[in-house]
Amino acid sequence: MTVAADQPTALIRLGRFLRDNPVIPLILLLFVLIGVLEYMRPGIVNERWIGNTIKFAIPLAMLAACQTITMLTGGIDLSVGVVATVSAFVVSSLTPLLGAPSAVTISLAAAVLVGLVNGFGVGICRVHPLIMTLGTGLIATGCLQVYQRFVIATGSEIPSFLEWLGTGRTFSLPNALFLFLPFAALILWGLARTGFGRLLYAIGANENAAKLSGVRSWQVFLALYTLSALIAGITGLLYVGMIRAPSLSLANPLLLPSVAAAVIGGTSIFGGRGGYSGTIVGALILTVLGTLLTLLQMPEGARRLLFGLIILAVTALYVRFTDQS
Amino acid sequence: MTGFLKKHGWTLGLLAILLTLLIAIRVVQPNFGASGLESLARAALPFAFATAAMAVVVIAGGIDLSVASMMAVTGVTAAVLMDNATEGQAVFAVIAVLLVGIAMGAINGALIVLTKVPDIVVTLAMLFVWEGVALLILSTPGGGAADWLRSIIAGPVSLPFLPEAWTFWLPNAFIFMAVAIAVIWLPLRRSKLGLSIYAIGSDDTAAFRSGIAIGRTRVAAYAVAGLFCALGGLSLTMGTGIGEPVPGPYLMASVAAVVLGGVVLGGGRGGLLGPIIAVFILRAIRLLLTLMAVDPNVTTIVEGTIMVVVVMLGAILMMRERRS
Amino acid sequence: MTDSGAEPLLLDAQSVSKRFGAVAALSNASLHLRRGEVVALMGANGAGKSTFVKILTGALRPDTGHVQIKGVDRRVGSPAEARRSGLVPVYQEPSLIPDLTVADNLRLGDTDEAAFRHWVAELGVSDLNLGEMIHRLPLATLRILDLARALASKPDVLLLDEMTAALPTDLVEKVLKTVRAQADEGLAVIFVSHRFPEIAALCDRASVLRDGETVGDLPIEDGVEDRAVELMLGAALTPGQLAEDRDAHVPQTATGTPRLKVSGIGLGGKLTDVSFDLHPGEVLGVVALEGQGQDELFDILAGFRRAETGTLEVDGTTREFTHPADAIAAGLTFVPGNRAEALLMDRSVRENIALPFSARLRAWAGLPMKREAARVAEAIERLQIDTRAQGEVRRLSGGNQQKVTIGRWIATGVETLLLFDPTRGIDVRTKRQIYPLVRELAAQGAAVLFYTSELEEVQLACDRAVVMFGGRVVDIIDAAEADEPTLMRAAYGLPRNAPAEAAS
Repeated sequence: MTVAADQPTALIRLGRFLRDNPVIPLILLLFVLIGVLEYMRPGIVNERWIGNTIKFAIPLAMLAACQTITMLTGGIDLSVGVVATVSAFVVSSLTPLLGAPSAVTISLAAAVLVGLVNGFGVGICRVHPLIMTLGTGLIATGCLQVYQRFVIATGSEIPSFLEWLGTGRTFSLPNALFLFLPFAALILWGLARTGFGRLLYAIGANENAAKLSGVRSWQVFLALYTLSALIAGITGLLYVGMIRAPSLSLANPLLLPSVAAAVIGGTSIFGGRGGYSGTIVGALILTVLGTLLTLLQMPEGARRLLFGLIILAVTALYVRFTDQS
Repeated sequence: MTGFLKKHGWTLGLLAILLTLLIAIRVVQPNFGASGLESLARAALPFAFATAAMAVVVIAGGIDLSVASMMAVTGVTAAVLMDNATEGQAVFAVIAVLLVGIAMGAINGALIVLTKVPDIVVTLAMLFVWEGVALLILSTPGGGAADWLRSIIAGPVSLPFLPEAWTFWLPNAFIFMAVAIAVIWLPLRRSKLGLSIYAIGSDDTAAFRSGIAIGRTRVAAYAVAGLFCALGGLSLTMGTGIGEPVPGPYLMASVAAVVLGGVVLGGGRGGLLGPIIAVFILRAIRLLLTLMAVDPNVTTIVEGTIMVVVVMLGAILMMRERRS
Repeated sequence: MTDSGAEPLLLDAQSVSKRFGAVAALSNASLHLRRGEVVALMGANGAGKSTFVKILTGALRPDTGHVQIKGVDRRVGSPAEARRSGLVPVYQEPSLIPDLTVADNLRLGDTDEAAFRHWVAELGVSDLNLGEMIHRLPLATLRILDLARALASKPDVLLLDEMTAALPTDLVEKVLKTVRAQADEGLAVIFVSHRFPEIAALCDRASVLRDGETVGDLPIEDGVEDRAVELMLGAALTPGQLAEDRDAHVPQTATGTPRLKVSGIGLGGKLTDVSFDLHPGEVLGVVALEGQGQDELFDILAGFRRAETGTLEVDGTTREFTHPADAIAAGLTFVPGNRAEALLMDRSVRENIALPFSARLRAWAGLPMKREAARVAEAIERLQIDTRAQGEVRRLSGGNQQKVTIGRWIATGVETLLLFDPTRGIDVRTKRQIYPLVRELAAQGAAVLFYTSELEEVQLACDRAVVMFGGRVVDIIDAAEADEPTLMRAAYGLPRNAPAEAAS
């Protein structure tokens, strides 16, 4: 039954290569897009543009980290947009009252709370992650609206170090890199070199095999969704420093691109395959693509349609390549 | 009698909850009457169709995350087609909208069957695709709706051969929903196709062995869901008189109502009556909280929490069942 | 009893073969039936019976050969097609839709209700309510309903695939009587079964499969059991090397506190009062035909399921497992029969072997990469795993995949190893590496429970063998006496020369 495929077709071999090294073709694609951009609007690609592109790709790449780690287990986290918004809003509204350190702590605690509920629902009740995170996202939105009515009078203030992080530049590169580079290194290390990272891949590749090896998957899910929400919370802090205008739907538009970035980056939505490096390039590609679509004056509807089709097409190709059914 | 109770126990329980809620509403707001019922029914209308759509695919063993987006597409399609159209032309617009719904559902189903990508992933992607399509058709709320269409779901029923005192309590919106769902669902449920939909959700190996064309049945189930979404989108436009391209909160609500209504996620069990009653329960809770002067945002939280808890309990029940 | 040679064949399957990748499931299977004939289809585990059944019913398409029904070639494979052509199967698992009523199921399959009612009554189920949901009916009734539905469709050929398994005796009698009566009126029946008494009561002939080939067509007469067992085993040809291996292995008799003491385990209708001891240093074989409760037994020991009755003792302490992690904590490690269940097919050999290391919470932090590499390398070395394609386990051969699943536990240190048919579908070379490995582990003090579908392996690797039939332990045989005919007879529930416990 499980005889190794002796004569893989060229298509399968190509697919295998792309799956093993998704970053190489992705980087090529990135440069092609940049080339197209430069061709359409000569001179647009300069130091400033590069800095801006990186700056706006960072929060996307961080939210896409949430999708990457949850998708590795065959899940997804659709609450990240709301969670980022919540932490952004909470931090900016509490800073004038309690000072930055307490505000940051409380906002991250709120994020973690959502994550714990997600982890409980997914890991213990075994609700499908998509439904679960969608539901908690709705509840969190409601909570945010109620919260907003209480703090509306206090005004908002964004901690100065978040503004520095979000808007400042060092050698024409955005300061957000000071947060993002250690963050990315931590995620890459965590996925490859920790027991927890191994378990994410193991559960996604074959949850039964993980169980057989003694893994209690509810523990992993609980930790995973909490971690995912924490990352989303941190992203929210960075993002509010970048945008400098907290709102009730601040980071929500990043949700769909975050899923798309992870999928484009070669992480399988079925779990067990992928990694963070591809996701980072995926986030850059989407940011460049965004500029391109804006140049083309592509309406918002076409943008969503395109992202939806990208997710579907990449997944369908993946199924075709690996012959999963 | 006991057999009837056993078979319909869940539905009867839901009815009891609904009645209790209505009584509670009456207690909180003594002058809650016919007009209150009318607005309740009107508010429940799009939720009821979304839930009916979700219920059909869940019975068939699938799920459709794109219901709200499909409703947005059909809603704006109706609004655009009927904008400045004559009353007569509006009839064709309605037919066209229903066909669009069926087509979208069939596309969802066909993509699931052909690409072999799991239904939850395909319909997630299609959620965004249909949302995009709706925005392309109409980037901001607009369009119009024929007056006769709007009047279908407005006010109480008036039938010439019944005294007004009887029909006074029956909102038109409720009748519209009941008739539309009954006309589609009752013949379907008794047909071979309906049985096949239950069969593929219940046990696809046994269904295959019984000679059922699984792929075709699945596409048909999604197409029926698309039809219900079209009715939902239509009712949105009928209610407001304009088309709204941004999908409403119907996805989570429909999943919760389906689970609460006794349709097992995983397929094969339940019908449409339970989920529809569940929709009214969820709406009545919202109404009750509003009447109790609870902050509407708190109401949203309570509602969301109820939905999530219902889905969690449903998942736990399913896990139990699978284990035994 | 095949008196009318001139009569055309109702079903004629000639030289059917079927390969799955490199594995030949069927090489040359044939079967023919005339009107009124009842033929038993027999074969040991892995003989290709289920593949043959799938080809006959149209669920699979044969690579070579042909299947003719009433002189017409069977073309496309679909159950609906098979039905139309006149061959109607009744499977071991009911094929009725659980969430529909009986009446709806009949409508779905276009079954004549009156005829169905007639057959249901005939088969001894008197109080059937057609409005009842299928999932509320007991399993035995469902089998009867399946058969009644099949009979109501007036088939030319009826295929009964293990349908009497787990049916109460009175119903079995009714079924056999009814089917026989129908056969006397011209129905042709293929009866797939492990049960000699039923075959003797019902059938005219028995067609025996071995290694994917039809090796005999026996008339049913006295002593047919022995002839059938003989045919299923083949001419007991043992390659010289295997004989050497066998001679090299001296069975041990262990004493003292058992590592694992299984007492009175029961689970639904699947397992009844299963008891045995497993000692350190011992390799205990488990022999059973397919579906005799061995899967459930291993699931219980591995912590995947809980027994309804009975106890498990590990080193003298009673244990209850609610999760495989509990079993692993008690030293019971499981290698399942289906490698795809145990492996992360898309991940590397190293990750697969190291998986149990990370299972516990306190191992979630940074991995000791060097130590892990050393332990994995040791396991690879010891099992001689071919690591040329180690980036992805999917690309390894079946034998190497199996080694990885075993290697996972060797790297963690083996106390009690539960091996479920570890040599199924793997090459001879790997098999011959696995036997000494199992012996070596036992020699170092491990206890091994070794279910095998290949009877010769009992004498190659085991000290004793537990034989299961119908969910019960019917015999425990020392390896010295456990030659293949003895095991085969025991596995079919036939008494040993000196009658042992009666088979149910």
